[in-house]
Amino acid sequence: MTTALSLQNVTKSFGAMEIIRGVTLDVPPGERHAVIGPNGAGKSTLFNLISGRFGISSGSIRFEDQEISGLTPYEINRRGLSRSFQVTNIFPRLSVYENIRCAVLWSLGYKYSFWRGVDGLVDARERSEDIMERIGLAARRRDQAGVLTYAEQRALEIGITIAGGARVILLDEPMAGMSRSETEHAVALVRKVTEGKTLLMVEHDMGVVFGIADRISVLVYGKIIASDTPQRIRENAAVKEAYLGEAAH
Amino acid sequence: MLEIIIFSTLNGTLYGMVLFMLASGLTLIFSMMGVLNFAHASFYMLGAYFGYEISRRIGFWPAFLVAPILVGVVGALVERFGLRRVHRFGHVPELLFTFGLAFVIEEIVQMIWGKLPVDYRVPPSLDFTAFRLFDTTYPAYKMFMLLVAIGMFVALLVVLNKTRVGLIIQASLTHPHTVAMLGHDVPTVFMAVFGAGSALAGLAGVIAGPAFVTQPAMAALLGPILFVVIVVGGLGSLAGAFVASLLIGLVQTFAVAINGSLSDLVGPGAADWFGDLGTVTVAQIAPIIPYFLLVLVLIIKPTGLFGTRES
Amino acid sequence: MSALAKLTPWIVFAILLAIAPYIFTSGTSRTMLSIMALSIVFALSYNMLLGQTGLLSFGHAVYYGLGGFVAIHVMNTIIRNKYAIPLPVIPIIGGAAGLFFGVIFGSVSTRRAGTTFSMISLGLGELVASSALILRTFFGGEEGITANRARLAPFFGYKFGSQIEVYYLIACWCLVCVVAMYAITRTPFGRMCNAVRENPERAEFVGYSARMVRFIAFSLAGLFAGIAGALAALNFEIMNTQSIGAVQSGLVLLMTFVGGAGVFIGPIIGAVLVAYLQVTLSDITGAWQLYFGLLFIVVVMYSPGGIAGWLALHEPLYRGRQLTKLVPAYAMNAVPLIVMIAGGILLIELAYWALVKSETEGPETSVFRIAMNTNSVWPWIAAVILFLGGAFALRRTWPRVQDAWGSALARVREQPA
Repeated sequence: MTTALSLQNVTKSFGAMEIIRGVTLDVPPGERHAVIGPNGAGKSTLFNLISGRFGISSGSIRFEDQEISGLTPYEINRRGLSRSFQVTNIFPRLSVYENIRCAVLWSLGYKYSFWRGVDGLVDARERSEDIMERIGLAARRRDQAGVLTYAEQRALEIGITIAGGARVILLDEPMAGMSRSETEHAVALVRKVTEGKTLLMVEHDMGVVFGIADRISVLVYGKIIASDTPQRIRENAAVKEAYLGEAAH
Repeated sequence: MLEIIIFSTLNGTLYGMVLFMLASGLTLIFSMMGVLNFAHASFYMLGAYFGYEISRRIGFWPAFLVAPILVGVVGALVERFGLRRVHRFGHVPELLFTFGLAFVIEEIVQMIWGKLPVDYRVPPSLDFTAFRLFDTTYPAYKMFMLLVAIGMFVALLVVLNKTRVGLIIQASLTHPHTVAMLGHDVPTVFMAVFGAGSALAGLAGVIAGPAFVTQPAMAALLGPILFVVIVVGGLGSLAGAFVASLLIGLVQTFAVAINGSLSDLVGPGAADWFGDLGTVTVAQIAPIIPYFLLVLVLIIKPTGLFGTRES
Repeated sequence: MSALAKLTPWIVFAILLAIAPYIFTSGTSRTMLSIMALSIVFALSYNMLLGQTGLLSFGHAVYYGLGGFVAIHVMNTIIRNKYAIPLPVIPIIGGAAGLFFGVIFGSVSTRRAGTTFSMISLGLGELVASSALILRTFFGGEEGITANRARLAPFFGYKFGSQIEVYYLIACWCLVCVVAMYAITRTPFGRMCNAVRENPERAEFVGYSARMVRFIAFSLAGLFAGIAGALAALNFEIMNTQSIGAVQSGLVLLMTFVGGAGVFIGPIIGAVLVAYLQVTLSDITGAWQLYFGLLFIVVVMYSPGGIAGWLALHEPLYRGRQLTKLVPAYAMNAVPLIVMIAGGILLIELAYWALVKSETEGPETSVFRIAMNTNSVWPWIAAVILFLGGAFALRRTWPRVQDAWGSALARVREQPA
């Protein structure tokens, strides 16, 4: 398997508006790949296409050499691709522990079982405990997800995304709305939990991007105008003009 | 045969237009406020009963003007003192509130006017024959009803397409949150829309009362059909509501008129083969045809004929 | 939590079920207890949809009714052919019928969620209820279908002819079903029902088809509703189209919602309360249906979590031992509240009598065992004063409750964790 995730000439139109206008992208396994671009470039739409929330208009999306365009979100997730949301998308009235546990159940093979007690499932409990430790929310395990602070909810969001053991992880602006110190913690968290996985991340914070990414793709008006190592992206004239502006970071 | 077709078309269109008078108000309320008003058919019933009382004491034409306004006021009060309070609990409690309200209204109506139908009569000024075709006459009152319904439809089109208020309402049919954020006095607008929708339902009741039976069960009989219309037409779509209303109105009316049965087709052996289903007539199943239509549409096109919104 | 602590509520429940007919010994009481027990099963089955999975159905009586009708026909077949199948087995048949129809109708109903689902359930409910009037051989038309439960083969010598024997049969099934439905909430499927209720989209992104979860919940709810219907068939020995119609669907919604959809025992409380009111209220007043409607509206407006939800609100205070701090405020508000309710009841009873009964039975009636004349103006004035007076007084005293809650909560938070 040479690529974990491969997009070939993917387009997406909403009615007459073409949002994604031919995106080709190959992400090898284990790479940490960031997608940056100005607002409205189509980054979230791209994530929605990959994860199955929307269908593509044309092109192909392959996950580990299987075609996944046209599959439902749960079919894609079951194959090992998981995504987080820019606007926190958790289970508000369930506890932190319950939130994580719901995310591990399918991957452990329990499916729709209504004949086995969930509290007796040792592997589910241990995996959930492990995830909660890693995202730093073990102390809040019994609290309702809805009453967590914003940063804690973002951490939970990431926790739900990785809990199922997905091999390819899509993080949609994980640091959105965070303060400086919260961002630093979140960066460390993201690095920790995506070790050995393939990461595709949308972010605006350039410091974060240059700190985490192995490679960066720049999406402008639905097309990728450059895809390279962070250093070379920094020096790329077209990118500077389209996105970073004259005072390049 | 032609006679049956013409009269059934007229009656079916009439029934469909009455359904649309109700469905349009319901759709507007749903689109703006996200509330599916279970008590909408109850306001229709209140319109009929208010119309009856005022007709009895003063006259039909005063009733025609006053009763819808009265019902509109009731609706506005319900929104202001009931629904508004429940709004913050979410859509399910809102739906349940209107459900309880429908029930209470039916009980109160029963208490005041009794369980039996009341004698809401066609006003003498309209009590003549409009025309005669072959051997059957068609009452002028039904033509009057048709006129009112069409007039309401035209007025709705004009208001929606040519006025500022209409523009806001159209916008809220697809983007209610954005409209709220544009700075309109949302609570007052809600109260006005709910009141106006209820008044429309009341108007339908005032004119339908003499033609269809005015009884406490009228809301419970028409309510589910109304919701079938909304779902089949597509939640939030006025055009869909129009098409679905006419469709169901015509289909039900024709079914009653046709009145054949499997026995007629297949012969007396049908009862042996199909049991009850063999002898039941098309007219008998006419009331449940809308529900079959509902299931069919939901299997084929779950968002309804013209729908885009889920809920 | 120790094993004994976990089992205690179940043991208490079983004991209550067992001794209830010896505390309430009259024939009507025992019938009412039987109705309560089967209503508990029905309401809990409904809450699998509403409280657990977030599905508001207006047509749940279909599965109850169909389960009952199948059960009663099977009973008659057994009696006719003298099969050696005893009565206690019949609810299984009802359950199977409920499951069967739950699967069939569920495959169509659960394609959508939210308001559309509710409308579909309404439409399907009407469809089945209306069809029932047409299919007279199966549904018995207006008279319904009857069966004699004592004519089945005896079960360890019992023929279940008497009310107390059939009560224990129903109570046993009630216990089994309540345990089963609770157990289901503690399974992976049960947890995902809650997840789908909270955020169906996110549930899809963690690998679960929300539609499949809803479909399974719908089918299981149909199964338990079918069992409840069969228990009703056993109890009343008659099934008619009332059990399958909109009123019955509304009743189970009332029970579940008033009891509290957010807590497992909520529907149990609601079923007991509503069954009690159904039996006793209709004897006391002709306007009992109006009271049900008003009760429903009041609960929706002031306590959408129902009775159990309101009780659950007090849990943090109970754990922090600040519960007693609320007593003075509650007592103070109880007085105007009772006055207001008394005034309201008086108004309704007077109106009901004046509008409905006075033509045939004259203007004299009695409310709260006090004789009154509906033609005289004084009872009316008294009613209005009580109602308005109570309402205004309540508005003045209510802030006390809010204050008491505020300070009690603050004290709980100050306590070391």
